[in-house]
Amino acid sequence: MAIISQEEAKKILEKVLTFSKADEMSVSLSGGRTSNIRYALNSVSSGGEADNMSLLITAGIGKRMGSATVNEFNDKAIERTVRRAEEIARLAPENPEYMPMIGPQTYLETPMYADTTAKMDAEARAQVAFDSVDACEQKNLSAAGFLQDTTGFSAIANSKGLFGYNKATSVDFSVTVRTVDGTGSGYVTRDFNDITKLKTRAVTGIAMQKAMASTNARTLEPGKYTVILEPTAMGTLLQSMMSGMDARLADEGRSFLSRKGGGTRLGEKLIDERITIYSDPMNPEAPSEPFASEGRNRTGSFLGGGVVGDGRPQEKLTWFENGVVKNMSYSRFWASQKGVKAVPPPTGFIMAGGTQSLADLIKSTDKGILVTRLWYVRMVDPKTLLQTGLTRDGTFYIENGQIKFPVKNFRFNESAVIVLNNVEALGTPMRVNGNLIPPVKARDFTFTSLSDAI
Amino acid sequence: MNRRDFTQTLGLGAAGLLLPKMPALARTVSAEELLEPGLDILVKKRLADAALNAATAKGATYADVRIGRYLNQYIMTRENRVQNIINTESFGVGVRVIANGCWGFAAIGDTQSEEDVARTAEKAVLFAKAHARLIKKPVQLAPQKGFGEVSWKTKVEKHSFEVPVKEKVDLLLTANGIALQNGANFVNNTLFMINEQKYFASTDGSYIDQDVHRIWPNFTVTAVDKASGLMATRDSLSAPMGRSYDYLQTNPADKLTGVTTRYKQGYDMLEDAEAAAKQARLKLKAKSVEAGKYDLVLDPSHTYLTIHESVGHATELDRVLGYEANLAGTSFATIDKWQSKKFNYGSNVVNFFADKTQPGSLGDVGWDDEGVKTKRWDLIKDGILVNYQAIRDQVHMLGEAESQGCCYADSWSTVQFQRMANVSLAPGKERLTVDEMIRDVKKGIYIIGDGSYSIDQQRYNFQFGGQLFYEIKDGQIVGMLRDVAYQSNTQEFWNSCVKVCDERDYRMGGTFFDGKGQPAQINSVSHGSSTARFNGVNVLNTGRKI
Repeated sequence: MAIISQEEAKKILEKVLTFSKADEMSVSLSGGRTSNIRYALNSVSSGGEADNMSLLITAGIGKRMGSATVNEFNDKAIERTVRRAEEIARLAPENPEYMPMIGPQTYLETPMYADTTAKMDAEARAQVAFDSVDACEQKNLSAAGFLQDTTGFSAIANSKGLFGYNKATSVDFSVTVRTVDGTGSGYVTRDFNDITKLKTRAVTGIAMQKAMASTNARTLEPGKYTVILEPTAMGTLLQSMMSGMDARLADEGRSFLSRKGGGTRLGEKLIDERITIYSDPMNPEAPSEPFASEGRNRTGSFLGGGVVGDGRPQEKLTWFENGVVKNMSYSRFWASQKGVKAVPPPTGFIMAGGTQSLADLIKSTDKGILVTRLWYVRMVDPKTLLQTGLTRDGTFYIENGQIKFPVKNFRFNESAVIVLNNVEALGTPMRVNGNLIPPVKARDFTFTSLSDAI
Repeated sequence: MNRRDFTQTLGLGAAGLLLPKMPALARTVSAEELLEPGLDILVKKRLADAALNAATAKGATYADVRIGRYLNQYIMTRENRVQNIINTESFGVGVRVIANGCWGFAAIGDTQSEEDVARTAEKAVLFAKAHARLIKKPVQLAPQKGFGEVSWKTKVEKHSFEVPVKEKVDLLLTANGIALQNGANFVNNTLFMINEQKYFASTDGSYIDQDVHRIWPNFTVTAVDKASGLMATRDSLSAPMGRSYDYLQTNPADKLTGVTTRYKQGYDMLEDAEAAAKQARLKLKAKSVEAGKYDLVLDPSHTYLTIHESVGHATELDRVLGYEANLAGTSFATIDKWQSKKFNYGSNVVNFFADKTQPGSLGDVGWDDEGVKTKRWDLIKDGILVNYQAIRDQVHMLGEAESQGCCYADSWSTVQFQRMANVSLAPGKERLTVDEMIRDVKKGIYIIGDGSYSIDQQRYNFQFGGQLFYEIKDGQIVGMLRDVAYQSNTQEFWNSCVKVCDERDYRMGGTFFDGKGQPAQINSVSHGSSTARFNGVNVLNTGRKI
């Protein structure tokens, strides 16, 4: 499916709004094409493409709201969905937290779209897989990888004149390389908006090197170690923290940002003064959506697509500045209660780093563990941000500034807040899952048990 | 994936703002919309034939087509208000083919046009041919007889979508009110209802029409002590089920009393909300556990998740072979262990079976998504690994000619692949109650409900939390504990299983959003068990200060 242009989207949304009999109505249209190729054991295992568009209609009647989604676009289906949303709204109880829809907004034109990605075809995907597999076969290694490219758009509108449109492309590539005897494993992941930035053979080479270097892993006792968390690992650890910036949860005493005795930790120094984390939709390396919406979510998932926020614009914003909690996100209702600006939650984040390379961080380490990737990370306690998970696909012991030998994987029980208080050095940020994250060296990272997994 | 991850994904867990707040009450009109029959079966057959014919005309040696209509309704509440009611429907067609020995897949939404579907089938063939240069061996598909025109339905006594939304909302808000009256500071209460209308056809000659229902009522009650900064939660002890609204009608036979009431085939939300609020407050004052070795007595509401992670995923053949290496990982339960016929996965009281036909289970269907009739089979017998879960293009690797019927896709838009069947621990053969089991424990912890969970990429090392932790001393429950998690590895853990209660205690738990694959797909799967005892398990204290 060719993605729908701004003009076409506007036409459809305006048409939907003409069916409205509600006091106010918001509409979100999202769609696109998602294609992929997947390979394992050096052989393609699946690949394909799906097109879809979804429409979410939200009707407001008085202080009542109702919502419905559909992915059929004939007039009858659209009108039926509008009526369904209105019927649900009409029968709703008044919502004490209801906030009227917002009027027209100015949105950033974020650099999320690349024509090169939009033009990818099955042959191009097969070539990426071939380049990865071929490199591994030459070294008698086994590759399992995945490439997914998406070209999509999201558009929002409401009966108060708000309209927003964003189109985006994305490429996500990851490969796990294993030795044929299963004694070594390495991993690498890269994501871009522009496919031309993906250098498959070179990137696969990183995972190959880790796989070969991780055979014959030795056992180290669990305990507290200085670690160097590569950006992929650090990004995983930060995810829960950055999705937990909600002020209401903090005010309610349910968050790591809650203050003992009541209130929030806004303005307090929570982590090391070298840590600054911000979001910037216009960052050329890691742009993010200009408004909160799920414009490119998978089709047919539970929600069926088209879930949209309230249309608040995203802008550059600092969340932690020199270790101090600088901003928290507020729903419009909670912001009105607190008399503050209604800051939407971040759609992506950037952790400022230093200028050192990963090699520099290793060189400056007397004793420590290099962690490629964290796996199956789950929250244990949201109040302390304690998470558990495991190292995976390349865990190495460092001594006197050199990688000495691979070590067995560990389970950890650790909090991102504690890690960010124990920082010793930061490296140069790189893009991971749409965010920019530096490698981080931190002391006293808590490993609680060993894993035999390779 | 469980609800916490799902809500996190939606931004409801922590960020809480991606979804608009939409309190809503619907009436039967809205429910009737969800009850519309969808496409006439003759139209589906025409579309299916258009896809199959187009695929074979372009050189496909096998093709299947799934025409899916996915209906969902979920109701989200907190305290005294409705946060959101969303009805979704998703309709489309997915075509999978084998051409030049390689799989290809394409899907299209929002169409009733035979031409569109035929074009989609041709696209699938195009992908298969484009990717064929990257295969080592051509796909070997287990033969499957065609079933002709057949159908299957979840047994529904009270259709979820026929129940007025007002009635559902009233139930949730009443439960919330009870929780607040009994000491909760906050309560989030959600009701998920799903109806998958799936039509499958293949070049084998099957035309299978299925109507699958699932439901999951679940809440989280939170108690906060602002002065101390402590917070405690207690999730509902409901299970997601392959049922409809009838799951919310209980009778005394569905209830098991004890330190807290647990539920079988029916769930009493109001009763559970009261207990949850009281228990959340008690957790604030509970003793923080002393780390060390304990004998664990695990309730089925907890054990299901340990089974899911350490047995369910570990015995998926695609993982074992390496097809999931890049994301979910591989498995320690390698083919050589199975071939040895003496690999002690667990002790001799440990018997696991896979079953896609258990009534009321999340995985209960008539046929899988590649036209295979579902069944039950053993995975671990008297502690020994005896089989895996496999699908049509893998089963020959086990020397078998017939798939076990556990292929599934979560949408018309996603390709079907091996997904977990219901994997359950068989009840003990000797009569044994929970009380009798506890009486024998000198130093132990009785764990009810699921908490945090994590396992490594080969399913060795795991860590699990829970909802309720009771200290056992000299055969007696002496009080509540907090900050409990246990760590073990799979083989050690299941070999430490010394007793399993009998079938009177057998219950199913389950996961509504189990994630696997690339692109990630969700699957719903149940796991049954009776209360089981595990000796000498390592327990750690998860309390921290920041």
